[in-house]
Amino acid sequence: MKINNETVAYLEKLARIELTDEERVECCSDLQDIVSHMDILSELDTQDAEPLSQSFSAKNVMREDEVKPSLDRDTALKNAPRVKDGFFSVPKTVE
Amino acid sequence: MNYEVVVGLEVHVELATKTKIFCSCTTEFGGEPNTQVCEVCLGMPGTLPVLNRAVVDFAVRTGLALNCEVACCNKFDRKNYFYPDLPKAYQISQLYLPICHDGFIEIGKSETCKKIRIKEIHMEEDAGKLIHDADEINTLVDYNRCGVPLLEIVSQPDMRSAEEAVEYIEKLRVILQYIGVSDCKMQEGSLRADINLSVRPVGSFELGVRTEMKNMNSFKAIARAIKAESERQIALLEKGEKVIQETRRWDDSEGQSYAMRSKEEAQDYKYFPEPDIPPVVISQEQIDATRAAIPELPDKKIERYTQLGLTDHDAEIIAGSVYLAKLFECTYEVCGNAKEAANWILVDLLKLLHDSAKQPEDMDFNFDSLGKIILMVEKGKINRGTAKKVFEKVFEENINPAEYVEDNNLGLVTDTDTIYATVETVVKDNEKSVNEYKSGKTQALQYLIGQSMKALRGQAPAQTVTEILKDLLN
Repeated sequence: MKINNETVAYLEKLARIELTDEERVECCSDLQDIVSHMDILSELDTQDAEPLSQSFSAKNVMREDEVKPSLDRDTALKNAPRVKDGFFSVPKTVE
Repeated sequence: MNYEVVVGLEVHVELATKTKIFCSCTTEFGGEPNTQVCEVCLGMPGTLPVLNRAVVDFAVRTGLALNCEVACCNKFDRKNYFYPDLPKAYQISQLYLPICHDGFIEIGKSETCKKIRIKEIHMEEDAGKLIHDADEINTLVDYNRCGVPLLEIVSQPDMRSAEEAVEYIEKLRVILQYIGVSDCKMQEGSLRADINLSVRPVGSFELGVRTEMKNMNSFKAIARAIKAESERQIALLEKGEKVIQETRRWDDSEGQSYAMRSKEEAQDYKYFPEPDIPPVVISQEQIDATRAAIPELPDKKIERYTQLGLTDHDAEIIAGSVYLAKLFECTYEVCGNAKEAANWILVDLLKLLHDSAKQPEDMDFNFDSLGKIILMVEKGKINRGTAKKVFEKVFEENINPAEYVEDNNLGLVTDTDTIYATVETVVKDNEKSVNEYKSGKTQALQYLIGQSMKALRGQAPAQTVTEILKDLLN
């Protein structure tokens, strides 16, 4: 896979960050290195291998449907950048 | 050119579990903002979600009630998106292996019924609630709903009109209520639908370009949105323009949809397998046990009710509401008279509900009361007029019918001696009318009957009173 300026611009958008031109060049070559390294994996024949999504063998790890106390609100809001009337307050998401 | 509308629905249902899907916070509706949240549903670093067993049980039950195949091996996937309604910045959902697939719902009458295929059902978590208009500069967030379990029920594009879509979702709703997996209160948002809609020339087998309208939360809005959006698309095609694949917002008060101005230009969810939730394996035994426990569903109920002597129409209305059906069955069990039970429900109860602007789910009285009232009428203890009044009291205040009749002296007077004594007193006290009657004025008899009935609180058989009266006068 080839990483170009468009790929970086797209990732900036997804990650909600803005890079300087120098950072873009650097990011482009770093990402290219990473992706090229990963490409080595693609050379392996995985035709008959089941995709692995878990690295341990646990299954059916579930809990019973029983209510436990939630956090008290002051604690829940402690890390909020802004609080208003018991709500988390964030920059407006609609125009 | 004639066009055909093609509709598919994605219905989100909040499950009626006590706790959230991945943590033990309560799912109760209407709590103070951010009082039903914990480290897990707030997405704090280092926390680990643990799946609620009841969510899996409810999902399997739903799939079986909707004629689906249940997947024995289940995994979850991570859907990444950056928006403040989900503090983790991803939603745990199922993309690659949904828990149920390939089912159907039948809509329409038995002779002309139509199968609407269900593509799949998957489990996921709900997001928090954003309030945009309470504050001028900021958006306020309440995470109480964040992590409430949802089933997303995805239909195939099998519906061809607004009516069919509404019929499908009504049927789906009543089935979900019967199997007890959701209260499906649309006004509380526990059932919401996304509409996928395209149009194509009649006779064409290719699907047109579709648009999506999200989060519709009333049957009426769904019907209106489908009509308006299909007209919009047809008008575009007629002008030689193209329909653009996009998400549109339906404004029900304006009766119009708008293209959403999305800040997220690219919808790239970067799905990958959820590493925090181990696979869920559902055994055949569990599936069989769940299947055996599924209660009687509306189609079967209609069949049984008509066998009890109800008309198709009456049976459909009663079976069309889990609450009316429950009341009907309870009433029938008490009084053994299906037709009478149905009459009371369809005439008196529906009127009471209508007049008090209530829904069947708001009924708050002992369901055996109606059967008891019907029995009292049948046994001649009260007349139908009194029964109506007693039922109103049951409906309003959940009184005990027998006690109420006793305490308020509403019972029919059937004892002939009492009636005789009362009529005798009336005759004594109304000498003038008695004389008038004897001198040939027959109208005077009506007056005396009236006085006697009044003295008996209107609760004696008029015929008995008349007979006794004539007997005394002649």
